[in-house]
Amino acid sequence: MEPVRSIVGRALPLARADVDTDQIIPSHWLKRLERTGYGPGLFEAWRKDPAFVLNDPRYRGATVLLAGANFGGGSSREHAVWALLDAGFRAVIAPRVADIFRNNALRNGFVPVEVDAETVAKLVDAVRRDPSTTVEIDVARATVQAPGIRATFGLDDFSRTRLVEGLDDIALTLRHKHDITVFEAGRPEWLPRVR
Amino acid sequence: MSRTLSEKVWERHVVRRAAGEPDLLYVDLHLVHEVTSPQAFEGLRLAKRRVRRPDLTLATMDHNVPTNDEPAEEISARQIEAMARNAREFGIRCYPTGDPNQGIVHVISPQLGLTQPGMTIVCGDSHTSTHGAVGALAWGIGTSEIEHVLATQTIAQTKPGTMAVTVEGTLPAECAAKDVILGIIARIGTAGGTGNVIEYRGAAIRALSMEGRLTICNMSIEAGARAGMVAPDDGTFAWLEGRPFAPKGAAWELALDDWRSLATDSGAKFDRDVALDASALRPYVTWGTNPAQSVTIDGAVPDPDALPDATRESARRALRYQDLTPGTPMRDIPVDAVFIGSCSNARLDDLRVAAEVVRGRRVRSGIRGLVVPGSMGVKADAEREGLDRIFRDAGFEWRDAGCSMCLGMNPDILRPGERCASTSNRNFEGRQGPGGRTHLVSPAVAAATAIAGHFASPSDLR
Repeated sequence: MEPVRSIVGRALPLARADVDTDQIIPSHWLKRLERTGYGPGLFEAWRKDPAFVLNDPRYRGATVLLAGANFGGGSSREHAVWALLDAGFRAVIAPRVADIFRNNALRNGFVPVEVDAETVAKLVDAVRRDPSTTVEIDVARATVQAPGIRATFGLDDFSRTRLVEGLDDIALTLRHKHDITVFEAGRPEWLPRVR
Repeated sequence: MSRTLSEKVWERHVVRRAAGEPDLLYVDLHLVHEVTSPQAFEGLRLAKRRVRRPDLTLATMDHNVPTNDEPAEEISARQIEAMARNAREFGIRCYPTGDPNQGIVHVISPQLGLTQPGMTIVCGDSHTSTHGAVGALAWGIGTSEIEHVLATQTIAQTKPGTMAVTVEGTLPAECAAKDVILGIIARIGTAGGTGNVIEYRGAAIRALSMEGRLTICNMSIEAGARAGMVAPDDGTFAWLEGRPFAPKGAAWELALDDWRSLATDSGAKFDRDVALDASALRPYVTWGTNPAQSVTIDGAVPDPDALPDATRESARRALRYQDLTPGTPMRDIPVDAVFIGSCSNARLDDLRVAAEVVRGRRVRSGIRGLVVPGSMGVKADAEREGLDRIFRDAGFEWRDAGCSMCLGMNPDILRPGERCASTSNRNFEGRQGPGGRTHLVSPAVAAATAIAGHFASPSDLR
């Protein structure tokens, strides 16, 4: 994973609550065998509406998504994160991000930023007033800033270090191979084996 | 120290704990399917890694597979072939299409007795929470985590909170497990369980069959929960005994002693408590585009203006999408399709209940009725009881096992604008096909709706 220290860019005011992963990337896109190429499927159904904010040329090139509460709920499909990344997004700012989406995001260097609803509303107002508004997310300090707006967000130390240093999860875990082997030796005999 | 069920299972699986880091947990069973795994296997290949424990890994094909005699679409066929190839290459047992054990992962694993109390189970599918019904701690993961589990048989996770949902009282005759969980989600919302493992407790939960508990735990994720669990009891053990992968002989006795120690200690504290009265529940029908947007079948489509601020805008958008007018009684809403299937409600009990409603009746003309058993094992059991005949005689299509119209990844989809009464777990926009409109219901209500032509409970037919 590439290190992610900060994200500085324009933001897209999606501003909807309960955006589930079926909306982010519909299921028929999940038939692909690759991790890339999902960008055109991002919000596919909503995009058919010319008035949908993603079709607004003023927000073209935005890297930060501003969403309502409970972003990324539903299916565990990591394809939702891949689609956002493929379409150029690097972070989502929302009052609440669903658990599995959050895990998937962190493993792809996509930053889930949870701040209070009031801060999200202020950011949405700011970018609606001026789409060229720059939003800055500092991962190491866990802060989000825009002109006149500043907030901190929750990010545990481990996730922060992984993002900032771009660490490979599997390599990290394999450092503890001995612990895994010791644990395995103590597992009860009755536990099922598939083969 | 007093502990809850989920805390006990968690603590037993900690391989490594270090300050400031998530716990590294051992995974007792990793279930794999064709849709979310190809990129994980590719990752292993690129890094020249192997699967650490093929003997604790089981693959099947469910999301994408055809449920009739038609061949899979080309793009789906590639994914199905990739699953078979990856299973061969990495030495994993796979139940492919055509195998008598094939089916929806969350149906086959409990059915085979692989899902056992006290285990940790993960799968690249959010409905992995289903397995909690047996007293396992089970949750859905993404593809990067699948690769991690394949390579290490462990997963790094921050410890979840604990939440008790206690349902006391007796469930009214027409209510099913599905109505209990829809009632719970209506109460706590789609993010009501975020960060927590829900333990379902109380007399109404204990009175449910294992199939009913599987339905409830299945939809924990629709409340945003990390997982859902029910403490294993004598009903669990009786249900499990004799299944192909269940312990036998002396091992069974050892396992039983252990499983009896799993239940939440008296005096253990949950981070959050919610209580519901089962006797106040009614059959539920969702009207909106998330599983919390529901009313009882006696109710009507709500007026967004009368809803709290936080949900009003979502409700407006949902009603536009669903093409519904506030005030319309649910029983006045006609449907175009009825889907009886999915990891929520496609087990033998579910099919028995639905068959009993449609026996000797006919699906209303113009309605497409689809029954998709959760596994080929369920299909075979149902056919031994003659349930297939009852459904076919009533005008339903009787299909092979798969996820089918729950998520519209195979040709079983709604056409734009079609309305469906569905026993599945998600009513998101376009979930059953672009432009399709989904209403979540129990198997009994789905069956009655197919006969009546509009939302109905079985007693409406008499």
